[in-house]
Order: sequence, then structure tokens, then C-alpha cells
Amino acid sequence: MSTPAGQAGASGEDRAAQQPRPPSTGDQPAVLSPVLTRRWSAPRSWDIDTYRRLDGYTALPKALAVDPAQITELVKASGLRGRGGAGFPTGMKWSFLPPPDGKPRYLVVNADEGEPGTCKDIPFMMADPHLLIEGCLITCYAIGSSFCAIYVRGEAVQAIRRLTNAVEQARAAGLIGKNIQGSGFDCDIVVHAGAGAYICGEETALLDSLEGLRGQPRLKPPFPAVAGLYARPTVVNNVETIASVPDIVSGGSDWFRSMGTEKSPGPKIYSLSGHVERPGQYEAPMGTTLRQLLAAAGGMKDGIPLKFFTPGGSSTPIFTPEHLDVPLDFDNVAAAGSMLGTTALMIFNETVSVPWAVWKWLEFYKHESCGKCTPCREGTGWLTQILRRVVSGAGVPADLDVLADAAENIQGRSFCALGDAAATPILSSFKYFRSEFEDLISGRAAPVIDARELVGAH
Amino acid sequence: MTLANKPASGPDNAAEPEQPPVPEGHVRLTIDGIEVIAPKGELVIRAAERLGIAIPRFCDHPLLEPVGACRQCLVEVEMGGKPMPKPQASCTQTVADGMVVKTQLTSPVAEKAQRGNLEFLLLNHPLDCPVCDKGGECPLQNQTMADGSASSRLIDEKRLFEKPIAISTEILLDRERCVLCQRCTRFSDQIAGDKFIDLLERGSGQQIGIGVDAAGEVPFQSYFSGNTIQICPVGALTSADYRFRARPFDLVSSRSVCEHCAGGDAVRTDHRRGEIMRRLAWNDPEVNEEWISDKCRFAFTYVTTDRLTTPLVRRDGVLAPASWTDAVTAAAAGLEKARDARGVGVLAGGRLTASDAYAYAKFARVALRSNDIDFRARYGSDEELAFLAGYLPTLTGPNAVRYADLESAPTVVLVAFEPEEESPTVFLRLRKAVRKNGTAVHAVAPLRSRGLGKLSGTLVKALPGDEAGALDQLPELDETAIVLVGERAAQSPGLLTAVAELARRRGARLAWIPRRAGEVGSALAGAAPTLLPGGRLVADPAAREELEKHWGAPVPDRPGRNGEQIIDALVGGELSGVVVGGVDPGDLPDPAKALAALEAADFVVSLEQRLTAVTDRADVVLPIAAVPEKSGAFVDWEGRVRPFDAALGKTGAMEDGRVLDTIGVEMDVDLYTQSALAAQTELERVWRAIARPAQALPAGRHEGVLAKGAEAVRQLLDKLPGRHRGLTLASWRMLLDGGTLLIGEPHLAGTAKPDVVLLAAGAAAERGIEAGQQVSVTGPAGSLTLPAQILPDTEMLTDVVWLPGRVDGVSTSVRLGATVGAQVHVEPAAQQAQPGGPR
Repeated sequence: MSTPAGQAGASGEDRAAQQPRPPSTGDQPAVLSPVLTRRWSAPRSWDIDTYRRLDGYTALPKALAVDPAQITELVKASGLRGRGGAGFPTGMKWSFLPPPDGKPRYLVVNADEGEPGTCKDIPFMMADPHLLIEGCLITCYAIGSSFCAIYVRGEAVQAIRRLTNAVEQARAAGLIGKNIQGSGFDCDIVVHAGAGAYICGEETALLDSLEGLRGQPRLKPPFPAVAGLYARPTVVNNVETIASVPDIVSGGSDWFRSMGTEKSPGPKIYSLSGHVERPGQYEAPMGTTLRQLLAAAGGMKDGIPLKFFTPGGSSTPIFTPEHLDVPLDFDNVAAAGSMLGTTALMIFNETVSVPWAVWKWLEFYKHESCGKCTPCREGTGWLTQILRRVVSGAGVPADLDVLADAAENIQGRSFCALGDAAATPILSSFKYFRSEFEDLISGRAAPVIDARELVGAH
Repeated sequence: MTLANKPASGPDNAAEPEQPPVPEGHVRLTIDGIEVIAPKGELVIRAAERLGIAIPRFCDHPLLEPVGACRQCLVEVEMGGKPMPKPQASCTQTVADGMVVKTQLTSPVAEKAQRGNLEFLLLNHPLDCPVCDKGGECPLQNQTMADGSASSRLIDEKRLFEKPIAISTEILLDRERCVLCQRCTRFSDQIAGDKFIDLLERGSGQQIGIGVDAAGEVPFQSYFSGNTIQICPVGALTSADYRFRARPFDLVSSRSVCEHCAGGDAVRTDHRRGEIMRRLAWNDPEVNEEWISDKCRFAFTYVTTDRLTTPLVRRDGVLAPASWTDAVTAAAAGLEKARDARGVGVLAGGRLTASDAYAYAKFARVALRSNDIDFRARYGSDEELAFLAGYLPTLTGPNAVRYADLESAPTVVLVAFEPEEESPTVFLRLRKAVRKNGTAVHAVAPLRSRGLGKLSGTLVKALPGDEAGALDQLPELDETAIVLVGERAAQSPGLLTAVAELARRRGARLAWIPRRAGEVGSALAGAAPTLLPGGRLVADPAAREELEKHWGAPVPDRPGRNGEQIIDALVGGELSGVVVGGVDPGDLPDPAKALAALEAADFVVSLEQRLTAVTDRADVVLPIAAVPEKSGAFVDWEGRVRPFDAALGKTGAMEDGRVLDTIGVEMDVDLYTQSALAAQTELERVWRAIARPAQALPAGRHEGVLAKGAEAVRQLLDKLPGRHRGLTLASWRMLLDGGTLLIGEPHLAGTAKPDVVLLAAGAAAERGIEAGQQVSVTGPAGSLTLPAQILPDTEMLTDVVWLPGRVDGVSTSVRLGATVGAQVHVEPAAQQAQPGGPR
């Protein structure tokens, strides 16, 4: 993983003074805009002392000095949209909470990063946990909560340790607890480890899991804003979203809007993985294209041309080289037929068999389907069974129609978006690469795997 | 439901003035082109049902919370002229004003979504309909036949599971048939409150399995598990009892009423060629909704087990089969002789239909010329009869408590009443009240039972026998409160008076809930020594006079002997004979004395279904019909008359009333109870004529009515060092404890709760007793050894020990020689091993 050099120590005022900058164009390397990632290269960047030395915990006192409603208004004005994949306007989500009734309300941070290809939140929590904590504190203050739970993916043991240590450091420094910095504001933060289920990244399944129940999505409505954790009003936000809040408080909404596009402002951490020279996290203004990001990352690995990529993880419809210049923001990606998702750019070169990649993805969804609803539970199992045959050379001509029809019967019919996500690789790969499946079935192409490799597969 | 005159064709219509206004709290929507007005919050699937549009579904159940898991009920929905991007599950989508719904009937999208979903459900389903119990009544089979594809597109392997797994001795699960709709798990969680099954694993490996809690294993414990079989939309859940025994299309269904408790549950009896194959809950929203207890569902094998088919007459000391003519003549002659000697008593038992109980009541007065009759085959007091005289008229008045009232009451108080064990349908309705409306349940009891825990109830600690004193600790009640008092209150002197007084003072409503199905009806029919039909007192000359007009025969004026006094009188030679109607001496307070009384009697007539300790001592035994073989009516605890017809017709078995009528004819007395219909009609006529409108319950102060003697003894014992001190015995019958009507049902018996000794932590610690350890409880007559279960001191009085009311078929108070409220000795079993003693 390479970390882009950041302007370590640049203060909010400095940044606010920067001129608005349109996204770079052409095949020029992306102009990086390190905000969330700007401390990553500092030695011991995760330590509270480093964080403080590099402007840390300066937004919190500013926030505590104003009315909580002003912060929500500021976040609304900044145009910040949720970084967990759906892109819902963050300030609007906060304002959905009912008026305070004196009873508890909660902030839950979704750090259950599990989308294939996505690797932004875990490195972030490793490198700069205090920025997340500061974001949690400001958000809790803004929404009138005094309890925040950070639900971290169970496999990310190091991130959990580092985040837990950071919470302890902040607690020791009087930043978490009662009457924070004499403001009268109380806030506690708990780091909770999940048990390794992709579905728990779905916000209501996450809440059930947090309550100690089986991780399965809840019926909505009621939405978490009305009845979330322990049936109390709850805001659930992604790590990157919450971590963006301190800099918005410091730099203001105009500064934030100086990056990115009108409808998708701010910087974004793009996770490049796969066949690129320097895979890693690239923080650039929203609307940067893959062509620019590839240029910044040293191009395709060994110069082998690009075949397809995901704009935002395996759950988003794949793109091909014709989409290299699609600005990667919420609206432009949607207009081009995919989703920005988690900006997990999985990059595949021409050596990769599309049916093989699709099969691997489907194995993932089958493994992670929670089992609650019929289309996802039965459909992912069936699609996987068929794909195993296809890639091992035992496909039959009817398989293609069955794959497409079954995927259509899952998409939009399942209880939550996991089913939609599972159907996506099939449907989007058929759009561009159906002939590869046909060749495997007809025998024109050699099996991608030996059937014996499937023995014991589950 | 309101239907508009003409179908809506678009938003243009909405503005037209001739449309009927939408009532407050309602919305107007369109389903398949038909306009419908629906209450806000109604689910689309329900609104469609009201129009006669059946949307296929598996997980949806009107009595369970929506889950939206099976996705079979997808429909297309438009809001504000804009179609929603995805088809919506109509079982979770609520109606909204201006909504346009298109079901599979009008929407190709919904139709394809449903077909696709059905294909998914069938992928791994074994399609073993020809050998599946559900075949013929299976929603999955029906929908597949109607809308499914004729062949499967699956060419890979189906999911396989070991089959079946036993969820209990009664319930079996074939996981490969399961469509994971979660009806059963939601039932166990939401309705029963027993987490006996849950989802395990995930994805295509997800399955139903046996639930465990955070502490580890939770052994199966539920009285309601059979309901999961009935609501399973496929054949995944079956009972050991019915599995592979019949096809639904070969069964005849009869509407029946459960004979096992006073709940009045509506039941469907399915029989084939005169044999009951299974029983199901019948949907009766006012009573049992769609639920029944496992006892109600599975305990019917007694009907075919060891039945007497011919009358028996004792000749030369030996009971021998006889013709009905001979037996009835012998019975009549013997009873006449005994009546004219020192008199005949009647022990009627608590399981009679109202018409049969009326026949006993009339037989005693008219044929035997006596008021010596008691329906209570249990502890009963004269205070209880006085209480009933005041209480029974309320059952027909505006203050009668109904199931629906339980659901809406803000506060319910339980006194000497353990609903889960003693009236399971009441328990389920209380649990619904607690979950839905936040009803506060307070129990006056010695300990917080598991059932009370499932009602999120509050315990008001009361020493057995001293419950009346504890009533003061209840929160302030008002007229919205309901007090439920159980039959065990009769064991606690002064309690029924105190409860009646409490209800009167606070204006709270009161209901008396006995365990047995026949008790309310028997009390109303006058099968009691001091009560006439209609709840009027024998001592009331006006009532007697009125009754004599109807009966055309004199009604004896001397109040009769109660059950205990009848037995005493037989032993003491003050009575010559006795008629026993289906009483198990083991249920009586002193079984040995009861048997001695039967032996001492000159003449005993037993009306029974099978040979028992009573028939062994009888001079004439007359076989009578079991409940499924006769018609009649139970009166449930609400006072609701629950009539039923014979499920099994033409068995030749006669109900008690007809047998008594026949004996009466031989004694030159006309009872007019030759059929249940005749008896019931006359009872109702008599009731209307002589019953008084609801009156105030007998007033009285409850202060100072504590069992003072027991209190003094306890104070004395309290001065002894802790571990030598006796503990007060608390006990009640469990729902499943080997009663007569449970015979021949080993699968059901396997789901009974394990027998344990319950002790508070403090009492256990004093005696060095640990959880699970064998503990001996000793009374004057003997001891009982069972494993200990320890409750925290906050949930149980430390000077009480609790035992099940009946262990291995023997009444606990009989075994110990100690009644509830008496002092017993408790110690670890090792110190007092009793070779050959009970367990």
C-alpha cells in the first residue's frame, strides 16, 4: 500500500484559502487532495500526541462552542454525502432524528468494512484513529447523543486494537467521558468487534448484531433514525463520513465544496487494487476518473491493458475501458450505469477470465447471504452451483438463460441490498462479456479451473 | 370494507366529487383497479384479502409480527403516480392514501416475481408430497400446483439434511422440507415466549435448530410447541403422534371444545373411521385465537385407551359384565335402598359438561332427595361455595371478564393462580396483553415462576396460606384492573373473601379460573351442596320454590354435605351409598380415606370410562361417553357457553345425563336429561327463571383471617437454628403431570417439565443445598426426593419450599401428609437416604 504524500499540518484556514479546483481532466495524473489521509505518513500517526501536533482535536472545541443545530446545518451546507456506498446526504440523515425527549439516542459508526475490494476504513483506522474519534464526538454533540458505538469488522483485529487504544488515550486526555473539556457535554465511545459477517455492514443487521442478536436486516420502517439501537433514535454513518466532520467544522462548508463536484463535494479515498503498479489508497476530489487515478498509481501492472473494473466494489456493475473517463462521483457513475459504492476500484487486466471472477464473487455472496429471505438465500446458492459447472467446463447451454433469469429474480426482490449485489456481477458481466460464458459452455474456451478443484468447495 | 361503485382508472378520478369521503383514520387506495378504503396501518396483503384477492404468502401470519422473509407476496406499488422501483412485499407494506397496488392478477412484474420466488423455494425442496403429512393441505403444494412450473431447472444437487431431528419427544423437524419462513421461530419467541427453536447457520446453510441461550443449552420447555406444526406452511414440522398416520383428505373434521382446561378452546377434531387422528386449534378470535396448548392438541388417546364397553354389576363379590337393562335396574334398586336407609351422596367430578352436571344436580335432588353433591374433586372449602354464590351471577352481567378484557386491561392481578400451568390459553392472552399493550401483571405467590417471568410480571411475595395478608402489598387498583383468582384460593382460608372484598373496594373486576373444564358449568348447574342451578342458595326458600315449579318435584331444603363431608359420612356410616362420576380418588385431598369410604359404603354406583380404583369398589359400573363421543357444552371461565356436537358419532356410548335419566326412570323419577340438548335447554330455562342479576360479592374484612395457628407454629420454628427450621410447603399442579386424560400419550408426556424442588437461595444455603443436588422434603406421612432448583431470594420467599402438585401419579400433599401451607422438613438427600422410598 502506498500512501500519497499529504500536506501534513495544513490548517483549516490554509485549506479554505485554496482556490476551488475543478477535477483534473484527460490522462493527467489525478491531483490528490489529502484531507483524511494527510497524517498517514507521519511517524506514529495513530498516537494522540501526533494527532494533536498535526491540528488534532482543534475542531472539537469549536464545535462545542456553538449550538448543536449549527453543526448539522454546517454539514448540510457542506453537501457531505455518506461514504458507505449509498451517498445519502449526511446532514439530512442527522436531521431525521425526532426532537430530543430526554431519553437516549445513539451514534453508531459502521466500520464493518467487508465489501470485496474495499480497503479504505481499516487503513484509515490504523493510521488516524483519533480523527474518527473526534468526528464521533462532534457528531454525538450535533445529534444530542452521549453514546457512540463503533462496530468494527471482527477480522480487523489490529484496527480494533489500535482504535481501542486511541479511545483509551482520548479518555485519559478527558476527551471522552463526563463534561468533556468543561463543556457540560458527556460522551462515551465503545469499540465493538463484529464476528465476521458481511451482512452486518447493512445498517439494521449491524444494529441487531450490536444488540447481541442474530445479524439479519430489520424491517424498515421504522428506520434507525426513529427506532435504531435498542429501539432509540440512532444515526448510523460510515467511518469515512464521520471522519470528514472535523475538517468540515474547521474548514467550513465552502472549503469542503471547493473539492469535488456540485452534487458530490469533498475529497474521497479511492481504493485501487488488482493489476495496477502501485495499488493503495488515493485521496482525490470527488469526480476524479480512473484514467487519472491509474496515472497517479503508475498505470496498469506490467502494462497489460485493462479489461474491466468495478467502480465501487463487487456489488457495483462492472465497467470496461470505455468508462475510464467517467468522473467517479455519485451521479456520474450512476448515469453511466453503475454505482459509486465504496470507491473500491478493483482493476482486472486482459488475462482475467470474467466468468472466473464472477464465480469467485458469487461464492462470496453465497457464503455471506444471511439466509433471511428466499431469493438471496436460495438464489446465491443456485447461481454458485451453476457457475461452478460453467467455469469447470461442465456447463450446459441452458445455463446462461437460467443464470440471467435467476439473477433477475433476485435483483430487486430480496429483503436487503445483498441480494441485489449478488445479482449484479452476473447481469453486468453478461452485458459486456456474455460470449466468454458461451465459449466455456460450448467448449471453444478451455475450462478455467479443473473440476477437481471444486471438491470440498462450500 | 367500503367498495366504490366504479373502478378507479387513474388520478383523474380522485378529484371527482361523488366519491364517498374517507373516514377519519382511513386511507383510499386501489388494488387491482378496485378502490378500497382501509384503516391506516393496515397491511396491503390484509386489504387485498378483504377484496377477495389472495396474494400468495408463506411467512405472513396475521397473529405474528410481519417479517417479510419469504418474498412470495411481492406486488407492484405506485405512490403518487410514481411506481416504486422494486416490487414490494405486501405483508410488510402498509396502505397509504392514493396508493395503487397491482398484484399478480394485474401485474406481469408481480406475477414473474412470485413465479421466480416459488422456483427458488422449490429448488431444494424434496417434493416428497406423496409421503409428506402436509400433502393435501400444504400451502407450498397448493401454490406449486396453481402457479408453479411443471419441471425444475435445477440440474445440480439438492440440499440434504439428516431427517428428522427431534425438537422434543413430540415435535419432529425435517429440515429439507423447510422454507425458512420463520413462522415457528417467531411463534416461539412472540407468542409462547419459549425460545425452543431458532435459526442456525446462514445463507443456503441456514436451518431451524434447537435454541440455546447465552448461558448454554436451553432444554426444550414449552406447552405450546404443537402450534408450530399447525402454522408451518410446509411439512417440515410434524408430530411423533400423527406422523405418517393419515392423509388430510381422508379425515373428517369436527368442531369441538377442549376438555382439558377451563379456557374453552375451540378445537378441530380430525377423525377417520371413528378414530381421532389429530386435533388442531380452531380459529376463534374471541377465545383462543388460533392457539391451543399441547395438552389440548395431543391428549386424546385416552378416548381409545382401555375403555369400558359394557356395564358391570357386582354379583357374589365379583364385578361381571351385564346388560344395560340389568345394570340400570340394579343401580336403581341399590340407590333406592341406600337412599331410604341413610341416604346417598354424589361426587360429580370437575370435568362434566354443563348438561351432564345439571343431570347430576337434578338426580341428587329429585331421585336421591338430597343436596349431598359436590363437583370439586380437589380441595374445596365452604368459603368457596359462599364466594361462588356471589360470583356466579356476575358471569352473565356486564362485569363478566372476557379474554378481550384481559388484553386491554392495564393491570392484571393473579392470586393463587399460575396461568401457564392452570389455564394455558389465559396465559397466552395475558402474554399478548403484556407484549402489545404493556399490561402490568402482578402475582400474589410464594415465588416468581417461569410463567410469570414470561409475562414480565411482578411478584408480590406471599406465604402459602397467608395470601390474604399479602393483598395489601399490591399497588393501588382501580376499576380498570382485573383480578384473576385460581381454584387454589380455596386452600387458603379467608383468601376468597379477601379477594372479593378487594375487588369490591377498588371496583376492580374479578374472575375465578378453575383448572378443570367442567367446574364453572357444574357450579352454574348446581352440582354443589349449597348451590342450586342459577347460583341461588339451597337455603333460599324462594329459589327452592321457583325450582320446584320447574322440576315438578320437591327440592330438599337442608344444605348438603360437601365432598369431604360425604366421604366422612360414608366412613362414619351416616350415608349408605354414593354415586361417583369420573372422580380419580388420587385428586381428592385424602385418597386413602376416599377409598375407605367407598369400601364402607353399602352401595356404590360408578359412571366411568375405564376400570379405576373407584370401579374396583363399585357395585354397579356404568360406562359413559368420552367428550369426543358426546355433545354438550362447557362453560369456560368467562361464563361463555361453548357448545359442541359429538365428533365421533354413533359410538353407542351414552353421556352421563342419559344414563342418570335412565336410572331415574327406574326410580320413578323423570329427569328429562335423556339428551344433552334437552338437559341444556332446561338448564338455560331454569337459569333464566331463577338466577338473580349480578349482585355484590359477599363483603367481609380480610384482616385477621390469616391462618393464625400456622403463623404461631412458624414463629416458634423460626427461633430454631436455620437448618432445622421447617419450610412452608407451596405446591400446584403442572399442566402435564400424568393425569387421567393424558394416558396413552408418551410423546406428550415427554414434554412435561422436569420435577424439581424449588428453593430460595437463602434457604438452600442454610441447608448446604446446591442447584441440581438431590433434596429430600419430609412431612408427617413421608418424603419426596427431587433435584433442587434454586431461585434468587428476590424471586422466592426464603421460608418456602415448592414441589410439583403431583409426582409419579401421586399427589404431593398425600405423599408428605402435609397440605399447602404446612411445615415440612427440607435437607440434602444424602443425610436422609430412604431405601425403597419414593425416588
